[in-house]
Amino acid sequence: MTSTVRPGPSARLLRRRRRAYASVPAWVAVVAALGAAFVLLPLVAMVSRVDWAEFVPLVTSESSVAAFWLSLRTSVAATLICVVLGVPMAVVLARTEFRGQKVLRSLVLLPLVLPPVVGGIALLYTFGRRGLLGQTFDALGVTIAFSTTAVVLAQTFVALPFLVLSLEGALRTVGTRYEAVASTLGARPTTVLRRVTLPLVLPALVSGAVLSFARALGEFGATLTFAGSLQGVTRTLPLEIYLQRETDPDAAVALSLVLVLVAVVVVALAHQAGQSTGAATRRRGS
Amino acid sequence: MRRIRSNVTTLAGTLAVATALALTGCSGASVDPATSATPTASGSALDGSITVYAAASLKTTFTELADEFEEAHPGTTVELTFAGSSDLVTQITEGAPADVFASADEKNMAELTDAGLVDPSASEDFATNVLTIAVPPSNPAGVSDFADLAEPDVKTVICAAQVPCGAATKTVEKATGVTISPVSEESSVTDVLGKVTSGEADAGLVYVTDVEAAGDAVEGIDFPEADQAVNTYPIAPVADTANPEVAEAFVAFVTGEVGQGVLRSAGFGSP
Repeated sequence: MTSTVRPGPSARLLRRRRRAYASVPAWVAVVAALGAAFVLLPLVAMVSRVDWAEFVPLVTSESSVAAFWLSLRTSVAATLICVVLGVPMAVVLARTEFRGQKVLRSLVLLPLVLPPVVGGIALLYTFGRRGLLGQTFDALGVTIAFSTTAVVLAQTFVALPFLVLSLEGALRTVGTRYEAVASTLGARPTTVLRRVTLPLVLPALVSGAVLSFARALGEFGATLTFAGSLQGVTRTLPLEIYLQRETDPDAAVALSLVLVLVAVVVVALAHQAGQSTGAATRRRGS
Repeated sequence: MRRIRSNVTTLAGTLAVATALALTGCSGASVDPATSATPTASGSALDGSITVYAAASLKTTFTELADEFEEAHPGTTVELTFAGSSDLVTQITEGAPADVFASADEKNMAELTDAGLVDPSASEDFATNVLTIAVPPSNPAGVSDFADLAEPDVKTVICAAQVPCGAATKTVEKATGVTISPVSEESSVTDVLGKVTSGEADAGLVYVTDVEAAGDAVEGIDFPEADQAVNTYPIAPVADTANPEVAEAFVAFVTGEVGQGVLRSAGFGSP
């Protein structure tokens, strides 16, 4: 494959022109600065309340460490499920046309706008003991309620739309030209998907997966409603923070900072990954 | 940045204050300086508006009491804010405009008296509450007493030790020598009740009043050891209230005949 994504000369030219001519109006910059302050100020306020002398003992307490590892494990699991389920969903939504597709698309993306508590209730009525599928699982000897599986399910439910949305957008943007060429040259659909489509949208897949991971890491409402809260089993970092706040606000602030740091690292890594995979495909293309 | 009190300074608290401010601001009643700042000339006629911060478990009773109070004293308005007691303490400490605070336990009231935000002599106990076992109506696990909750095949949900209902649970466990191994430790009694009403859990430890309020959704199983952990509810005017007359009148109303009647019928005990 030598001809993958190459931003055409026109695109490159356009970018250069934009840099040369367009200047941002002052009022736009002022509003943007206000917006940035609105996001950053609460973070600064939180950092200013951290009890640094106690920071290390607070975040390395047994319950904090248990919550941290549980959060990492469940978020990774949820992200993997999101990739496995989300990639086919995005491909189907972007590459096929059928009646009711638009409706299906908005329904599938619903967890994006649902309050997580509502998601938790919905999951409860599906996988709970008295839920739609709960009895089936019970008969198979699988109990989901109050288990780590329930946490992963809740996280996957809220995180999946992030992956589907970013991947579907990318699929539509790259278009079907290369896929069409590959199939006229005799490649089977699976080969086209594996060798053409997915490499084209790899940066979007990576950033979508990272977004899903971040969303899973921050999941709170659905987990609280659906999975419960028990140290080492279902009490993830956000739930631990919520609980610690009752008696030990210092610990809650310290853990919040840990969560923020993890989020920052993840976003930075994603940015890096997105750029390098993007650059790699571009290099391969030229 | 000024450091107020390290143990009540949280981001969540700050956000909560913002929400609380927005909520009371929207109602418009509590920010009217013409009515709330001017004490009445005559001692008998009360007017103006107060904001009452009350523990979540008081939602039904205090909503009713606020209506009756407004009826008994035309010209007064009672705004209500309900949340977990410790949330309310955080909000009041961070400057939320509360005139009266009703706590679900003495510990949270003590936080405010320690901070000088409530006059300790003005705090009055007005109700008590004890734990009870809540089970789904069919009682699938056949729970009949406290010791049953320790059975391995009974899925029991309790409050985490950090919140008042969890502290009460620990006390009862200690008194009875029964150790529950719960499937979940929730951060509020409402969440415990939710796990029981949805049928996910076989049993949950909640307050008598929660079972009363839940109606047919759950069944309550009282146990004698509950007396080992009686939760006492104190109420007091907040020290820097803009309308002390109405605030004190509301406290008197809750501790008086009408208030006690309403609380008794909801399942609260007398202090």
